[in-house]
Amino acid sequence: MTARTVRTATVTAAAMVVLAGTAACSAPGDGDGPGDGKDSLTVGVAQEPETLSPLLGYGKEGNSKIFDGLLTHDAKMHLKPALATRLPKVSKDGRTYTYDLRKGVTFSDGKPFTSKDVVYTYQTILDKKTNNPSKSELDAVDSVRAQGKYRVVFRLKYPYAAFAERTVLPIASRAVASRTDVNTGSYNTEPVGTGPYVLTSWRKGEKLSFKANPHYWGGKPKVERFTVAVIEDDDVRATRLRSGDLDGAILPPTLAKAYEKGPENADKRTFSAKTADYRAVTLPSGNPVTKDKAVRRALDLAVDRKAMVKSVLNGAGKPAYGPLPTDSPWFAKGTERRHDLGRAKKILDEAGWKPGKDGIRVKHGRRAAFTLWYFSGDKLRQDHALAYASDAKKAGIAVKVQAGSREVVRPKLDHDAMLMGNGFPADPDFDLYPTLHSSQIGDGWNNLAQYHDKTVDEQLDIARRSRDPQVRKDAYDKVQRALTKNPGYTFLTHIDHVYVIDDKWRGLTTQVEPHDHGIGAGPWWDLQDWQPEE
Amino acid sequence: MRAGRVVAHKRWGPVARMVGRRLVAAVPILAAVTFGVFAVAAASPFDPVQQYAGTAGLHASQETLDQLRANLNVDGPFPQRWWHWVTSALAGDLGDSTSLRQPVSQVIGERLGWSVLLCAVGFTFAVLAGTALGVAAARCRGGVLDRTVTSLAYTLEAAPPFWIGLLGIWLFAVQFDLLPAGGLTDSGSDLVTAGALLRHLALPALVLGVSQLPWFVLYVRQGVGDALEEDAVRGARARGLAERTVLLRHALRSGLLPLLTLVGSRIPELITGALLVETVFSWPGIASATVKAATATDFPLLAALTALATVAVLAGNLLSDLLYGLADPRVALEEM
Repeated sequence: MTARTVRTATVTAAAMVVLAGTAACSAPGDGDGPGDGKDSLTVGVAQEPETLSPLLGYGKEGNSKIFDGLLTHDAKMHLKPALATRLPKVSKDGRTYTYDLRKGVTFSDGKPFTSKDVVYTYQTILDKKTNNPSKSELDAVDSVRAQGKYRVVFRLKYPYAAFAERTVLPIASRAVASRTDVNTGSYNTEPVGTGPYVLTSWRKGEKLSFKANPHYWGGKPKVERFTVAVIEDDDVRATRLRSGDLDGAILPPTLAKAYEKGPENADKRTFSAKTADYRAVTLPSGNPVTKDKAVRRALDLAVDRKAMVKSVLNGAGKPAYGPLPTDSPWFAKGTERRHDLGRAKKILDEAGWKPGKDGIRVKHGRRAAFTLWYFSGDKLRQDHALAYASDAKKAGIAVKVQAGSREVVRPKLDHDAMLMGNGFPADPDFDLYPTLHSSQIGDGWNNLAQYHDKTVDEQLDIARRSRDPQVRKDAYDKVQRALTKNPGYTFLTHIDHVYVIDDKWRGLTTQVEPHDHGIGAGPWWDLQDWQPEE
Repeated sequence: MRAGRVVAHKRWGPVARMVGRRLVAAVPILAAVTFGVFAVAAASPFDPVQQYAGTAGLHASQETLDQLRANLNVDGPFPQRWWHWVTSALAGDLGDSTSLRQPVSQVIGERLGWSVLLCAVGFTFAVLAGTALGVAAARCRGGVLDRTVTSLAYTLEAAPPFWIGLLGIWLFAVQFDLLPAGGLTDSGSDLVTAGALLRHLALPALVLGVSQLPWFVLYVRQGVGDALEEDAVRGARARGLAERTVLLRHALRSGLLPLLTLVGSRIPELITGALLVETVFSWPGIASATVKAATATDFPLLAALTALATVAVLAGNLLSDLLYGLADPRVALEEM
């Protein structure tokens, strides 16, 4: 018997079980659940998207399953064309991006995809009446225009090297979406896209179900059915993975450990996805203690990042010395800092911070003390904050750790520190500019440390304007080196995202993942290309 | 027989009057409750804009956040916003849910049925099993069965429903692999078939039922136990009636009266129980939407769901009063 006939036989048998089950109304397994089937995948995630409409921000990092962007990322996070036929042509001044579109692509309702859909998508997102909280990511766009049916031209307000990375954003169907209310209409729950999968049902709070798009321009995916179960509680998710209800799930490292060894776990694989997801402490310039360069440098040396990775992250992560992970091609080699408590103390001594009676240092009558906030309920940030406070204390700096909601925390951050998290892997500009550029001070939650460094500002501007990779690399090197001299944030760790999945498919990989990892992240990021293991 | 029908006829008038009275009374109650929701919303330290924006709100520009605030229309004095809500609700427009990005009426329409199903099955189970166990315990007070049932009931009374839920998943889904651990259908399947629904309903309904069970067991045990001591029962026994007849005809009749009150007064508890059970079992009902609305400070949705829960509680009370009045001729409906 060939594999195909075996599979046909299995399907037939399963179909008979289903029929029998419906008749008897009490089938123990109705053949629909995951089992040996390699043509369906069921995964468990912690959070469900608020909306499935790209117009409100769904899938803006790519891999949205239902939609395609003009461009997309490969496994190494390099851009490649999707709905565009090639990477964009960029004008000499860096302000005009021209995309040629793929012909013959249709939306899942059969309507053709044209430049009108692209223009509609971008213009609607930028519309003031659209409640898309991520719209500032397209801040550079001045205008977007169609030139004929298959060409789109973006005009930018300023030269912006990272712009092409933003165009992985999914394209909505103008014909369908424009007939509904963009903020609350049916397009949020019944999306129509060009992507490899079509949504078949979404029961909010329970699961999203997809089936393969038979007319997908990239070829019909081999995995025919994809189900995303929404299970907020980590323990329940692990339990349902154990019971066989799920084929794969995202799990905290501690729970994923249970699947690594033992014969009963031979059919499971664990993926530790590398990420740009960092945790850092803001050291605001509005506080005389955290403003002091000596205090900033001492904290940077006093903190034991390796110990944090081991104890807080259970080994699933790595030390962070800046927003860019150490294995990023943009990382400035040689800016790693060793844990050196002795030098931290020396720096503080030389700067005039002398140990007081209680061991906490004092300078001109001011105690070396500040408050560090984290969001209530975020266990991971709490653990980081407590470890940070304990390391700081060894150097003679008192850090008071406090929890609060966003509304409580934000007004205090001009004076107090916060344990923040972020990370966009696609381009260094996405992390470095909002966090370090002085123009971003006081703008929402950006540049919370009110970091202001002339070299950093200049180099960030050079790097976002130039399209020469070497010029950009040099500029980001300078930014990272300046940051080591004046560390306005103490960067702590980059966190791995851990997934456990049945070992039934060939060549699974993970991308470098962002801080917000929805259903586009995980080993199933490229589900449409999966091949069953023979 | 004939006399009974006459009595019933005589009681329809008071019944209608009582329903009318309660309906009139419900108006200020509903107004007060929804007004309270809006007052809490205004006093809430949470910012609806931040809640709406979610994680994206942490890297949005201030301009975007300000724009969202204007679009979501969350500012303004709360009595005015409440009045606006009431008037448009009366016109049939319940507004839009910010957390689910849907009209509120659509949220309720999609989910109400599943919650009603879950609550009805769980509650029926609790009433039936509670009555059976309570009667059994009352018949031999102080016996092994009585002591087991009573102590179990007290233990369950103290156990929070989500804990029972997790225990149920661990026991039935993981250890015995008998029932699915959550959802409306198997995760890999979309179609809601009767068989699959039954299996998926079993565990959450059981957990919800078990969490409500102790009150029924204890009430029925007390009520029937006391009734068994009554003169009427002693008289019936003295007349030599069969124990079966004594129990069913005499003891249960007066012993189960408190149960009718309990049915009505348990509705609020049932709703809070459903909140937790639906969340644990990823049940796509109205209760899990309430949790979501509350945590996301989605006040248009929360106001509508609170009003709905209030209606359910009022209707439950009305129903139990009616049943009580109809079952016990000594009670005058006019006085309720």
